Amino acid sequence: MECQECHQNPATVHFAQVINGEKSEIHVCQQCAKDKGYVSQEEDAYSLHNLLSGLFNTGSNTMQQQSLRKQEETLQCDKCGMTYQQFARLGKFGCASCYHTFADHLNPLFRKVHSGNTLHEGKVPKRAGSNIYQRKKLRDLKVKLQQAIADEAFEDAAQIRDQIKSVEKSLHREEEGEDS
Amino acid sequence: MSLEQFMNEAISPWLKDDGPDSDIVMSSRVRLARNFEDTPFPLIAEEEQMDNILSFFKNEFNHQSYNQYKDFEFVRMADLNSTEKQVLVEKHLISPHLADKSKYGASLISKNEQVSIMVNEEDHIRAQLYFPGFQLEKALQEAFELDDWLETKINYAFDENRGYLTSCPTNVGTGLRASVMMHLPALALTRKINRMLPAINQLGLVVRGIYGEGSEAIGNIFQISNQITLGRSEEDIIEDLKGVVEKLIEHERHARTILLDQSSLELEDRVFRSYGILQHSRIIESKETAKCLSDVRLGIDLGFINNISKSILNELVVLTQPAFLQQYAKKMLTPNERDVFRASLIRERFTMEQKEEY
Repeated sequence: MECQECHQNPATVHFAQVINGEKSEIHVCQQCAKDKGYVSQEEDAYSLHNLLSGLFNTGSNTMQQQSLRKQEETLQCDKCGMTYQQFARLGKFGCASCYHTFADHLNPLFRKVHSGNTLHEGKVPKRAGSNIYQRKKLRDLKVKLQQAIADEAFEDAAQIRDQIKSVEKSLHREEEGEDS
Repeated sequence: MSLEQFMNEAISPWLKDDGPDSDIVMSSRVRLARNFEDTPFPLIAEEEQMDNILSFFKNEFNHQSYNQYKDFEFVRMADLNSTEKQVLVEKHLISPHLADKSKYGASLISKNEQVSIMVNEEDHIRAQLYFPGFQLEKALQEAFELDDWLETKINYAFDENRGYLTSCPTNVGTGLRASVMMHLPALALTRKINRMLPAINQLGLVVRGIYGEGSEAIGNIFQISNQITLGRSEEDIIEDLKGVVEKLIEHERHARTILLDQSSLELEDRVFRSYGILQHSRIIESKETAKCLSDVRLGIDLGFINNISKSILNELVVLTQPAFLQQYAKKMLTPNERDVFRASLIRERFTMEQKEEY
């Protein structure tokens, strides 16, 4: 069914209206429902960014949490000027730097949105240089090494340690190369 | 000229080919969200900054080509009227969000309409690729190539720990949204789909209607896509989605077999009634059209109907949308006029197809 106001979009808001005892059915799209005042701005309560902003409130009251919350009141991105409060309200970042400015506050949010994950595991841009790639490899190997030690798989651990050394060496070489 | 082609032909050239499992999977799509390193995201960027990005794309990529994708056409939203924008939305070449953001929005569309790169949408860059049928891996591989091509000229906003940085926290990391458009009439008819959707959601995937977020599944067409973009590699994300789609294909095929075994005549009756409505009605609403097209598509897949091609159904799905009808009629139409125009257009299309047979 299409929107009876704009006749462009599919009708997604359906309700009955009674005026002077006469009942009529209204079928409109989200935009027209808002424009015509059929729904208050509150209907946005179900939109993605509002659900997201609900996720910021962790509900925990430890000392650490309290001090973080205090910080949130004054936190502002140098680059684009977005405050943490704005970010929490919009559920959107203003620029790439916001990720660094709000870094200490983001893990709980990412964990909720991405099934517990907080770290990128995918593609790395070629321009970012191969050392990001190498550093990521190094990080993965160190996790693996800890696991091998915990499992008492010492032969594997020795192998992983050698791999770590070789990655560290090539990283070092690259960094020196960059400096020169 | 390409813009005219984008507007006039309902069916994108790439959709004319049949892909793997195309009896159930209509198309596969991969989208990558990317941003420029030093410019605020479109949400808060200043006009001059957005204009710079537009100029950059126009100068660097207009009428360029890479690999098999020839002749990218740069289309500024500000140069289109609202019907034209809506036509691009109905063809899935741009998002409704981009159509709304008229002033600094643009799209770079390849000649065969398989690739479209939206500029200044929620992110600076939303590059998407479509393939007919079930071809997620191929779509990812070519999206990576497209990404590398763009990256030769752009410094992306990227962080070692968080990956590709996006305006919305739901896209950060890979920036990847992979999705398939599936026709699941037998699962819908037997109501099994209602039981499967919650399980699909639990796997970190999301099911939507044909026009994405907030739209309903008209004509038994469902869009299934990944939700998680952080902490999993692109290959893993595709693998997860692929696994669930394979299961859905299996269940849909099984449900079709059971329907055929248990109520073949009823099914055949339903298919031909819908075929009759499409061929002969004088007034038809879009919802009924979608339902009938779904029945006829199923009828073709099951072998009840073999004198029409599935590609005209794909064409009619798009052609019978409101903006396309208006574009075709070359004037604004009231809802009633549209229902009449829609009916006559469908009749005409079927007659044309039958003539081509002889």
